[in-house]
Amino acid sequence: MNRRFRRPQASTTVAAGILVLLIGLGAIRFEHFASFGNLANLVGDYAFVGVAAVGATFVILSGGVDLSVGSLVAFTAVAIAVLVDHGWHPLAAATAAFGFGTLAGAVIGMLVWWFDLPPFLMTLIAMFAFRAGGFLLSSQATPIMHPFMAQLSSGYQVSVGGTIIPARSLIFLAFAGAGALTLARTRFGRQVCAVGGSRRSAAVMGVGVGPTLVGIYSLAGAASALAGVVFAFGKQAGDPTAAGGLELTVIAAVVIGGTLLSGGVGSVLGTGLGVLILGAIRLLIDFQGDLNPAWTSIATGLLLLGFVLLQKLLGRLRGPAASPST
Amino acid sequence: MTPRFRPRAAWPALGIAALIVFNAASDLRTGGPGLIGPGAFLHLAIRDGIPSGPLIDVLNYGATFMILAIGMTPVVATRGIDLSVGSIMAIAAAVAAVLSVGGQPPPVSIAAALGAAVVCGLWNGAMVSGIGLQPFVATLVLMVAGRGIAQLITDSQIITFHDPALEYIGLGRPRWLPLPFPFLIAVGLVGVTALLVRKTALGLLLEAVGGNPPAAQLAGVRSRRIIALTYGFSGLCAGIAGLIAAANIKAADPFNAGRNLELAAIFAVVVGGTPLTGGRMSLAGAAVGGLLMQTLTTTMYARNVGADTAPLPEALVILVVALVGAPRAAAWARQRWAR
Repeated sequence: MNRRFRRPQASTTVAAGILVLLIGLGAIRFEHFASFGNLANLVGDYAFVGVAAVGATFVILSGGVDLSVGSLVAFTAVAIAVLVDHGWHPLAAATAAFGFGTLAGAVIGMLVWWFDLPPFLMTLIAMFAFRAGGFLLSSQATPIMHPFMAQLSSGYQVSVGGTIIPARSLIFLAFAGAGALTLARTRFGRQVCAVGGSRRSAAVMGVGVGPTLVGIYSLAGAASALAGVVFAFGKQAGDPTAAGGLELTVIAAVVIGGTLLSGGVGSVLGTGLGVLILGAIRLLIDFQGDLNPAWTSIATGLLLLGFVLLQKLLGRLRGPAASPST
Repeated sequence: MTPRFRPRAAWPALGIAALIVFNAASDLRTGGPGLIGPGAFLHLAIRDGIPSGPLIDVLNYGATFMILAIGMTPVVATRGIDLSVGSIMAIAAAVAAVLSVGGQPPPVSIAAALGAAVVCGLWNGAMVSGIGLQPFVATLVLMVAGRGIAQLITDSQIITFHDPALEYIGLGRPRWLPLPFPFLIAVGLVGVTALLVRKTALGLLLEAVGGNPPAAQLAGVRSRRIIALTYGFSGLCAGIAGLIAAANIKAADPFNAGRNLELAAIFAVVVGGTPLTGGRMSLAGAAVGGLLMQTLTTTMYARNVGADTAPLPEALVILVVALVGAPRAAAWARQRWAR
């Protein structure tokens, strides 16, 4: 118990500190950086990343990894655009896409369970299949044109002190809250941690490892699909090339938030902070103006590396028994 | 341990044969181009003594897969994985193109490109064996950051170059053997690597490290150094593949060079008889696996499946191969057999 609660806290504190530091840095350098409106935009722009990252937190907690995030987001967005083009209502299309994502995740979970193959291989195959599937539906970006979309951009939002908070930010916050509750307060959440800590011990303890795996990957598929819905409604288009490399951003956010890549220990709150850290870095690079956007991916990679090393170090400080080397 | 003849290349070779038969059969249908007519899969045109046709295309473009797979094989044999090969290709291509445009002679730009690729590979190796990161995490970092590095090198531009020596790497057809030069590089690489692995103790050490790491360590094998070297070698091979990819289009494209080739390379290795659980390796199998991958892609193109959608059927084939080859499936099949 001790281990489960202490380590994420240490890492989450570091993450919160880094976020405050980044925003402080931006506030000193740029006039409007730390304004409420700007930060609310940051949450809105990274809402789809956040939703996907909440799902990925469960996968990584179980000791797996999901590389299909980006391409499933793109596939969902294209599917919605094509369905709306065929006369569907956007909400009906979104529901269908959400159902497909959940089902696809369940299939991946079953394959990981039955065939005992490494999750990265199964989700790498899914990554290619979804990406090509998106192109199969539509080889070009398709705009989503429907009266509902105009309603969406004007109606579904909350105003706080004159600043407009779009619905996608609220979806992100609500999804993260639900994810955190699921992890901390439900049997499923504890089973996920148990499976990630040690699959064999979990099975001996009576945890249904297979159903838990199916649940985890269904949840991840559902999260990626919901992220795709948020993405499509935000861009008002479905583009088969969209969200390339999102899987690393998501993994980075999860790891920065204090979830161990080896599984078993982690927090959804931390993941939320991780997403905002990556968003703040992107914002800083954008504000700077003269920096090559390529720095975003380099910074993401370096930050991921830094936090993995930090985890290694923390694990080593806790004693060699806590961190098996192979 | 006496070396046994284990024909692991047989399965992918059988796959290639099946695909060729499939293509020939669909070419023979009424209204088709016939068995060897123009447009048929088996069609071979010889112009100026240089053969061309879909089969030659397979050798030409398959060379990239072969080389990546040869590099990936020792990594997989030691229980690792290298997801960064596509990005290393982009980096190598970018370095070569920038130096070539900057007026450097070809040997300099080629050496610098391969040097950069080896440094990238050794970085992966240091992360995995020095610091102890999981291989897919360590190489995922370079997979994403590496593409950013390639974009920085070319300043986010696609750089075209005119350099006959550099272009020869991808487009050359030697007079003494008029086959695509990339394919000859790949074959040479298989030969040299196989000699190194099978005629020195290296192969034994690699399989020992992959088969049982603690046992190998206790037996006095320097596992860490060997693991780091496998990633360096994978980087070198990715660098060669990057030069070929750049030479093929006479340009370095930091966005698309080597994109999505990671899975194909892993597939080629696995179908060639090197299991992801490590401990065994087959270089020839990986090379033939690479050719199988390209035969599959060329088949897609021949059947009018676009480059963007071709990965879908490919992913399904890879899925089936992965599932059939899974230890769990093999155990199940054995059980049924015994009954």
